[in-house]
Order: sequence, then structure tokens, then C-alpha cells
Amino acid sequence: MSAALATRGLDKRFGSLVVARGIEFSLPLGARYALIGPNGAGKTTLINLMTGMLRPDAGEILLGDEPIAALPPERRVARGLVRTFQINTLFPHLTPLEAVTLAVCEREGVARTWWRRVSAYSGVVDEAHAILSSLMLGADCYRPTRELPYGRQRLLEIALALATRPKVLLLDEPAAGVPRDESAELFAAIANLSRDITVLFIEHDMNFVFRFASRIIVMVGGRILLEGTPEEVSADPRVREVYLGKSHRTGVHHG
Amino acid sequence: MTAAAAATSPHAWLQAQARWNRTEIAFWLATLLPFWLFPDYLVLASQIAITALFALSLDLILGYAGIVSLGHAAFFGLGAYTAGLAAKYGWGEPLTGLMLGALAAGIVGYAASFIIARFRHLALIMITLGMGLLLAELANSLHWLTGGTDGLQGVKMWPIFNKFRFDLYGTTAYSYSLIVLFLCFLVARRIINSPFGLSLRGIRENPLRMPALGASSRAHLRKIYTISAVLAGIAGALLAQTTETVSLEVLGFQRSADVLVILILGGAGRLYGGLVGAIIFMVARDQFSGNTPQFWYFWIGALLIAVVMFLPNGILGGLAKLSSAWRSRA
Amino acid sequence: MIAPVIGVLFDGFAYGMLLFLLSVGLSVTLGMMNFVNLAHCAFAMLGGYVTVTLMNRLGWPFFASLPFAFLLAALVSVVFERTLYRRLYRASELDQVLLTIGLAFVSVAAAAYVYGTVQQPVQMPSYLRGSVTVLGVSFGVYRLFLIGTALAITLLLVGALEYTRFGAQVRAAVDNQRMARGLGINVEGAFAFTFALGSGLAGLGGGLAIDIVGLDPSFAFTYLIYVLIVVSVGGLGSIGGSFAAATLIGISDVAGKYYVPELGAFLIYLVMIVLLMWRPAGLFGRR
Repeated sequence: MSAALATRGLDKRFGSLVVARGIEFSLPLGARYALIGPNGAGKTTLINLMTGMLRPDAGEILLGDEPIAALPPERRVARGLVRTFQINTLFPHLTPLEAVTLAVCEREGVARTWWRRVSAYSGVVDEAHAILSSLMLGADCYRPTRELPYGRQRLLEIALALATRPKVLLLDEPAAGVPRDESAELFAAIANLSRDITVLFIEHDMNFVFRFASRIIVMVGGRILLEGTPEEVSADPRVREVYLGKSHRTGVHHG
Repeated sequence: MTAAAAATSPHAWLQAQARWNRTEIAFWLATLLPFWLFPDYLVLASQIAITALFALSLDLILGYAGIVSLGHAAFFGLGAYTAGLAAKYGWGEPLTGLMLGALAAGIVGYAASFIIARFRHLALIMITLGMGLLLAELANSLHWLTGGTDGLQGVKMWPIFNKFRFDLYGTTAYSYSLIVLFLCFLVARRIINSPFGLSLRGIRENPLRMPALGASSRAHLRKIYTISAVLAGIAGALLAQTTETVSLEVLGFQRSADVLVILILGGAGRLYGGLVGAIIFMVARDQFSGNTPQFWYFWIGALLIAVVMFLPNGILGGLAKLSSAWRSRA
Repeated sequence: MIAPVIGVLFDGFAYGMLLFLLSVGLSVTLGMMNFVNLAHCAFAMLGGYVTVTLMNRLGWPFFASLPFAFLLAALVSVVFERTLYRRLYRASELDQVLLTIGLAFVSVAAAAYVYGTVQQPVQMPSYLRGSVTVLGVSFGVYRLFLIGTALAITLLLVGALEYTRFGAQVRAAVDNQRMARGLGINVEGAFAFTFALGSGLAGLGGGLAIDIVGLDPSFAFTYLIYVLIVVSVGGLGSIGGSFAAATLIGISDVAGKYYVPELGAFLIYLVMIVLLMWRPAGLFGRR
């Protein structure tokens, strides 16, 4: 089976600080992979490298069979490699309906049109509304984004990404900052994502990681420490050391 | 609003956003009042309409796309000199002159947009400022063409449609400027309500997110900058045609700063901000600046400080806040 | 043949030193707080008017007036910094531009109200007038004095920045504000002091500028443009960059006006735009 997304020998350093060293992994089509590791391990940096927000010093990134490391971010999105952000990166004064419509317009190539009204593109509007409804944002989609509760804004992060019709979706801590009792809705939304979409997600909630991921990649200090099934990872003494040695707060326990 | 909105369809909601409301219609009807109420001030009214168009052009890049420009007068001046020179050298037909002005500003704007779209923050402010100054210096040194500090003399306009002569009272001038302003406003309004306009607001709200949605912000910025230059050029051409002269001041830093003040005063990022700002600014200047222009700038400066400190969204923003506060109380 | 070239270079260098004094403060504060202060030259203008007032109305000697030009500009600027500027450190650059343009407008109007719009005459002490001739090239005494002063101040500044504890704090704050805060450096305090120092130097520059470029209320805008060019070409937060850029701009401006007077300031603006397009962060900028 060919990989949806793969990296070969990805390196990145800031001055003397190595943030990525020899990163190699591959995501099979339709996979559900988790990327875990302590703070500062380079997880978000890796997403920035793959999506083109940072330029790697060395290495190659393959989306399907196509090398994409030289493409600017928007071209990677057009080819189906899409991310969400750990810190809300939304449009505060736009309503969710406007924001998702914007994303669909960009994807459809109609965003260049300035002589027709948005409402004339009823297919686009319908699709935007359908995406919002599927994420339970239908009722909130006419309010400015900044007025929405935080948890709803996190859902909108995902809605915006879905509007680009991703082939590979990189979720950067989708539930970051959401209170535990409200995160269920978010995790349900992620669990319901179409199996056509390949997903790699960074998450600190180990319950969710172990329930949802088929394989887990563990990063420490800019390198991949190991990759394996949840069972292999939870049994690995090095992982226990990395997590338990640093803090007892985030236990690598199953359930 | 939420209760009503929940019941509507997304199509209806988006259409409602773009619909003409009563205040807007009343505003445009009111622009006709000077013909009857202030027939002696039609020359001023014409200048206000021209300034409003200029401010509208700045609003498209500043208010909607977040491009801070300290040199927007460059395009105003280009339009003014192009239309003025055309009339001086034998082609005084106003409508084609207007188009020539728009074309000249548009071509230079398009060329400049490739530079503009690459920069943000201080470098952008400096580049716009530098380009404005550069053009002003150029016009000054091309004395044989522009008349330099003496201004461009000998601009003779033909009657519009060979019928409406530019008169001393400004009746034709105001009618002409107002109609052109209204048509340009319709274009701007359509842009704002288009998919392109939505993307522009996206760039203003969060330039970082746009590439992550697959959008090429630079292409959008280049396009709106060019459109804005065209509108500014039309405004400049209007001024040259209605006053039948062009002075170096059309390119000056002062004009770039003034239009920024006007837009901020009225409220950037709302189509009517520049229009309302232009009315207040121009009427106040006509009434108060008179013999001591320096003191006029004292009040403008004080006003700017006050707006930044207390009224971050301009007059229209303040009014919108007041009205929503009043509605939620009622 | 050679003499006019040397003369132009000398005048250009002296003019560049003046620009350096006027702009170095803005460069450092911009580098520290990213605050776009378009009222910087209003403080320079204040220094100029303080000098004129002390000399012409109170009969003070030139050298006694200069320290007060520095002090008053520093004092007034820090009052504005504490009351207005500090509220906008996190605001958009548009808000900063508007506030400080507003201040510049007010300052111009105030100067016109108090002193009128005419050029202020000053009588330099006799030992600063005239010129000395070396190998057939004449050097203006005042310009020599200006160069000497600017070089002394540059050495002082660089020394203070490199070798004092406070200088290290300022450098840390320019380098990485968040990390500086984390190290317990009082960034706000350091900034207020630097701001006052920078405005004071601008005020001193304003006092020194009168004999070279004159003084009227338009000073706040005319020289703002030159200062901004120096800062953006030199790179934010870099004293060496400002020095190099000021020299470059000063010499090209004087040379341009000498050899191709019909182009006016056209050349300078062209140089700036081309340099910025080539290196948006300035010649010595790191970003």
C-alpha cells in the first residue's frame, strides 16, 4: 500500500538548537496516527515543516508520490495536505458561515471573482453550511467567531480545515485548552472524520490517543524515539521514562 | 437577532448581509440635498464627493485588506495629471479623460502591487511613503510637463456629452462627481460582497490562516491594490477636470495623510466610513481653517489622538456600538 | 578636480552625522518595542526651539543651550511615553502611526503658534564660524564640530551599550523581549529610559541642525522622512546600521543636490526603495 504522506531525513535547526533531526515516517492511506512527546519535543515544528510554514534544512516530504518540500504552503493545501492550529487561528470578526464559505470559495477557485455576490454561489454556501452542521456548528454559524465559546471555536478550526477537502489532515492539539468535560464533542467530531482522510494528530489526552490511534509516533528532542502500536508504546520503558521522569501529570496509561 | 437568524437559511442570511438598508438609501438621497439647500456650496460639495471617492479607494486596501499606505496620493496625483495633461494637450472630453486617468493609475498601481504584496509592517509603510515622495519629486522635477510648483495651467474641459458645460457654480461639477462616486461605490460594494471581498476580509482578520486554507494572499492583495489605484486615479482625474487645474499638492504627503485621517475618522473597514469622514473633514476645514491652516492641523492632530485612544473604530464604529448597546437595553 | 569631491564628501558626512543623531534613538526604540514613532522628529524640533529660545530671548551661549535641548526633549518625550505611547505597545502599527502623526501635527501647530512659520535665525559663536583650508580644500568649522560631537556620542553610546550592565539589558530587550522579561529585566523601565535618551539625542540634533538646515515648524515632517529612511535602511535596533545608513544617505543627498540638482530628493527615495526591496529588514537588520 502506498503512503499518503511520508518524510525522508527531515532536518531543521535554529542556530545551535536542533528542532528536527532525521525525521522519517510514513502514513498509510486512511491511517489514524498520533504524534506524542513532551513539550518542546518538536511536534508543532514538524507540522510546520510538513505544511511549508518552515523550510527544512534537508530532507524530502512526499504527498502521495509527489515531492512537495519546495512548494509554498498554499500549494500544499491545494494538493490536500492541511493542518489545524494549536492556538486558535481564526477570523474573529467573520461568522463561521463566512469563514467556511471563504475556505470553500478558495478551494473552488471562485475567490478571485469580484463581480458576483457570494450568495450567488449557492452550491458553495450549501457545502459550507453542511460542513458546519456536521460539526454541530449549524446554530452558531451566524454569530461573529470571537463571540463563540472556546470549544466551538476549536470545532471551527476543524471545519475550516475540512472545507479545503483534505487528503491528509494534521491536527495540532485539537482539544488544547478545552475543559475536559467539553472535549468529548471534539473527540467525537474527530472520530467521525471520513476514512478517506488520513489523519495525524498531536494530543496530550492519552485516553483519546490510545482509543483512537492505530499507531503512535513518539518524539523527543527533535527525533523520533519510536513508532509502534499503542500497546508497544505503552510497554516501552523509554517512553515511560520520558513521560514519568519529567512529570507524573501525564501518565502513559491505557484507560 | 440570534432567534431570527436560527430560523433563516444560510442563503437568506448572506443575502441579507448584502441588501440595501434604509439608512443607506436615505444617505444617497441626502447627497442630492445640496442642489436645493446649499446651491452656493456646490463647488465644495463636488470636492467632498471627490475626497470621498479617494477615501473609499483607501478603504478598500486599508480597511478591507489591511495594507497601511502613507503614499496613496501617488495614484490620486497620477489620475489628476493624466486627465489634466490630456485636456491641456487637446483632448478635453471628460469621460474618456476620466478613463485615461484611471488607466494610468491602474497601470502604475498594478506594477507597484508586486512590491506592495511582498511587505508588511514598517517596511510596507516606508515603501508606500517612499513611492509617494518619489512621484511627488518626479512631478516637481518634470517642470516642463507638469508646470512644477506653478501647477498645470491651461486645462480646458469640453462639456460632458457635448451638452453639460462646467459652470462657475459647480452644478455640473457636483452632478458629475456625485454620479461617478456613486458608480464607483456600487463597484466597491459589489467587491465587498463578492467571494473576493470575503477573502480580503480574511486577509485583514488573519493573514496567517489564509495560506493554510490554500489561499494565495499575494494575488488577492495585488488585485485589490490595483483596483484601489484605479479608483484613486478616477478621484484625481475628477479633481483635475472639475477645477481645470492640477497643482503639485495632489501628490503631496499631506494629501496621503489627510485621506488617512478622513478614513480613520469615519471608520475604516466599513464602506461608508470614508464617505462620512470626507463630509465631516471637508465641511469642518471649509468652516474653520480659513486664515490659519496650521491651527486646523492642531485640531486634526488632537482628533487623531482622541480617535486612537477613545474611538478605535471611528465615528461609524462608535455609532454602531452605541446603537447596539441601546438596542440590547430596549 | 579632487577638491570639490572631497568637499562634497565632507559636507555629506557632516550632514550624515546630523541625520545619525536625529535617528539613532528611533532606531533603538523601534528595535526594542516595534513602536512606529512618527513624532520622533517633533522631539528634535523641540530641541531646536529650546536652543533658539535660550540663545535669542535669554542670551545664553550656544554651548549652554545644547544640554537643555537634550534634557527638555528627553523629559517631554518620557511624559508622552508614560501617558500615551505605552498604551499602544500591543496595538496595530496603524494605531501607532495615527497617534504619532497626530502628535506631530499638534507639535507643528504649536510651534507655528508660538514662533510663527518663519525660519528661526541663530547667531553661532565666532569660533564656530568660518572654515579652515587644508591642501586647498576648505572645511567648515561648524561641520567639523558637528562631526566631532557625533563621533564622540557614537563612541559613548556603543561603549555604554557594550560595557555597562544597563546596555546589556537593552541589548537583551532588543534581541528577544520575551526572554529578557524571563530573565527578570525590567523591559518597560529600560524602554522608557532608552526612549528618553533617544529623544534627547534627537533634541540635541535639533539644536545642532539649525545652523545647517534651519528651523521652522515643518521640521517635524521634513526630517522625519530622512530619519525614517535612515532607520529602515540601517535596520531596526542597530547603532552601527544607523551610522552607516546615515553616512550613506547624507553623502548621497549632498552629492545628488550638488551634481544633479534637477533631480532634487528623487535620488534618495529611489535609493531607499531599491535598498528596501533588496533587504526589507535594512542593511544591518537581522529579521
